[in-house]
Amino acid sequence: MSAVAPAATAPLSPAAASQRRLQWIGLAVVIAVACALPFLVSNYRTFQFTLVLVYAIALLGLNILTGYNGQISLGHGAFYAIGAYVAAILMDRFGVPYWATVPVAGALCLVVGFLFGLPALRLEGHYLALATFALGVTMPQLLKNKAVEKWTGGVQGIVIVKPDAPFGLKLSPDQWLYLFTLAIAVVMFVIGWNLIRGRVGRALVAIRDHPIAASAMGIDTARYKSLAFGVSAMYTGIAGSLGAIAIQFVAPDSFAVGLSIGLLTGIVIGGLASIPGAIFGAIFVQFIPNIADQISKAAPWAIYGIFLIGFMFLMPMGINGAIRLGWARLCHRIAAQQKGG
Amino acid sequence: MDAFLHQVIGGLATGGIYASVALALVMIHQATHLLNFAQGEMAMFSTYIAWALINAGVPYWGAFFLTIAFAFVLGLAIQHFVMRNIRTTSVLQLVIVFIGLLVIFNSVAGWIFTYTIKVFPSPFPKGDLLGQKYLSPHELGAIGVTLVVLTLLWAFFRFTSLGLAMRAAAQNPGSSRLVGIRVAWMLALGWGLAAAVGAVAGMMVAPIVYLDPNMMAGILLYAFAAALIGGIDSPGGAVLGGFLVGVLENVLGAYVVGNELKLGVALVLIIGVLLVKPSGLFGSVQVTRV
Repeated sequence: MSAVAPAATAPLSPAAASQRRLQWIGLAVVIAVACALPFLVSNYRTFQFTLVLVYAIALLGLNILTGYNGQISLGHGAFYAIGAYVAAILMDRFGVPYWATVPVAGALCLVVGFLFGLPALRLEGHYLALATFALGVTMPQLLKNKAVEKWTGGVQGIVIVKPDAPFGLKLSPDQWLYLFTLAIAVVMFVIGWNLIRGRVGRALVAIRDHPIAASAMGIDTARYKSLAFGVSAMYTGIAGSLGAIAIQFVAPDSFAVGLSIGLLTGIVIGGLASIPGAIFGAIFVQFIPNIADQISKAAPWAIYGIFLIGFMFLMPMGINGAIRLGWARLCHRIAAQQKGG
Repeated sequence: MDAFLHQVIGGLATGGIYASVALALVMIHQATHLLNFAQGEMAMFSTYIAWALINAGVPYWGAFFLTIAFAFVLGLAIQHFVMRNIRTTSVLQLVIVFIGLLVIFNSVAGWIFTYTIKVFPSPFPKGDLLGQKYLSPHELGAIGVTLVVLTLLWAFFRFTSLGLAMRAAAQNPGSSRLVGIRVAWMLALGWGLAAAVGAVAGMMVAPIVYLDPNMMAGILLYAFAAALIGGIDSPGGAVLGGFLVGVLENVLGAYVVGNELKLGVALVLIIGVLLVKPSGLFGSVQVTRV
């Protein structure tokens, strides 16, 4: 079985090489700005950007499942809730340090997601949407249940303490949490990027585009599909634990079905099956409701709805798709001018 | 036993409501092959129009038919001005548009008519029906209206050439266009009809759950479940699914898991059914050519 990607070994044309160099420079600038951000804006803004990073991790996870593998999920809020509750319960009831809760949340969600993915194998399209929707709807009710109230705190939820910066660093807790989240986000994005561009990513896309052809090529469709569910849930669970640490509070009603729908909206607006799309989507999810509220106090959700439809109308491929299209047109025009002049 | 019977009949009554919304969902699916998440909110909005008409002094049945006409035009307009201009084939992007429509209708209804809960009149007499307490006249009337609408729709799709053209346009737009069917208008008609059916459902639901902008949220979810359990391409299945979901919800809530978890458990049971029969109880198995 050869797993060599020909594109990686073939020599690049000069234009493609300069394009690649531009991409690396762009990436370096983005990371530098991301690192400098908490020192430039207020603590509240820093907190908002921490949530952007949290959503970006969750959206990347959902994008792996829905964007790359073509399985729709209207219930990812449930995995986010599991991650958040794992972090909160471990910190509040067992005194586990905050950083140690993140891998536990990820591991548990990986298992739960994988197990949920097994029956979901039989369902497609609307039916899968309903099944995942049921998961999203049931989760807050399960968290409120009397039997687990000892752990979850019932309707009241759990309040957790915001961690201070370690090693005597002169950072406010908000700045520290932002940098902590940023570091995890970078690691998760690198892992995601490697996963997607490798053999696994190609298998996922093949299953999305043509399941029968994919299995004829020897791809174990069932295994990859449930794996995609597991990995996707893991990302979302990690995001949930980071979100809980940043907000310092978990309660069942913060994880109602609106969260799941918000996440799905985020990946479609940001750009399906694209890694930068997760970041654009996260910015949308975090800031557009506020903007809508500023435009109209009377009917903010109407404005939000107009934003949703407007985005789909103007950029059907999401923000990432629109940027790519614009970039390609710009390159084309420059090349044409050089040829003409 | 008496209490159990009460639960079952109560379940049938709410099931009638789920059935009528599920019917609207199946309708729009037959005409467009899409599941409209905004269906419930469109129905809610139409019901507000009916409320406003009745408050302005229009007699009930006059308002009833005026509202149906309004909803038909509303559905037509949404297809003509919004859906037709969104040039995408991806289901996910359309889902986002539906979610957008959903929040717009919800928010605008709250803005125009406020969020205070309103009482909506019933066209059926009050009091006991034939000396029993299980089923109120309104509930029986709502079930009757659902069945009438179902029969009319079935006849429309089965016996009229327009119904046939609509089914053709949904199933194979390309070939339909070649034989001279105006596909865009068939889609608009489908949206209009579905909105009209939704408006009937809304006006039947409102006397029971009272009128407020969020009245349809739970109902839509049950209606989805009903439509899917019955098979998304089967109107009869949707109605049966609606009654089934209503009874299941009531009986489970009263005897097995309590009111808090009944929604979750009902959904889990439905998914259990779907795992055994992935295309629903009465849905036709989709065969695609490779």
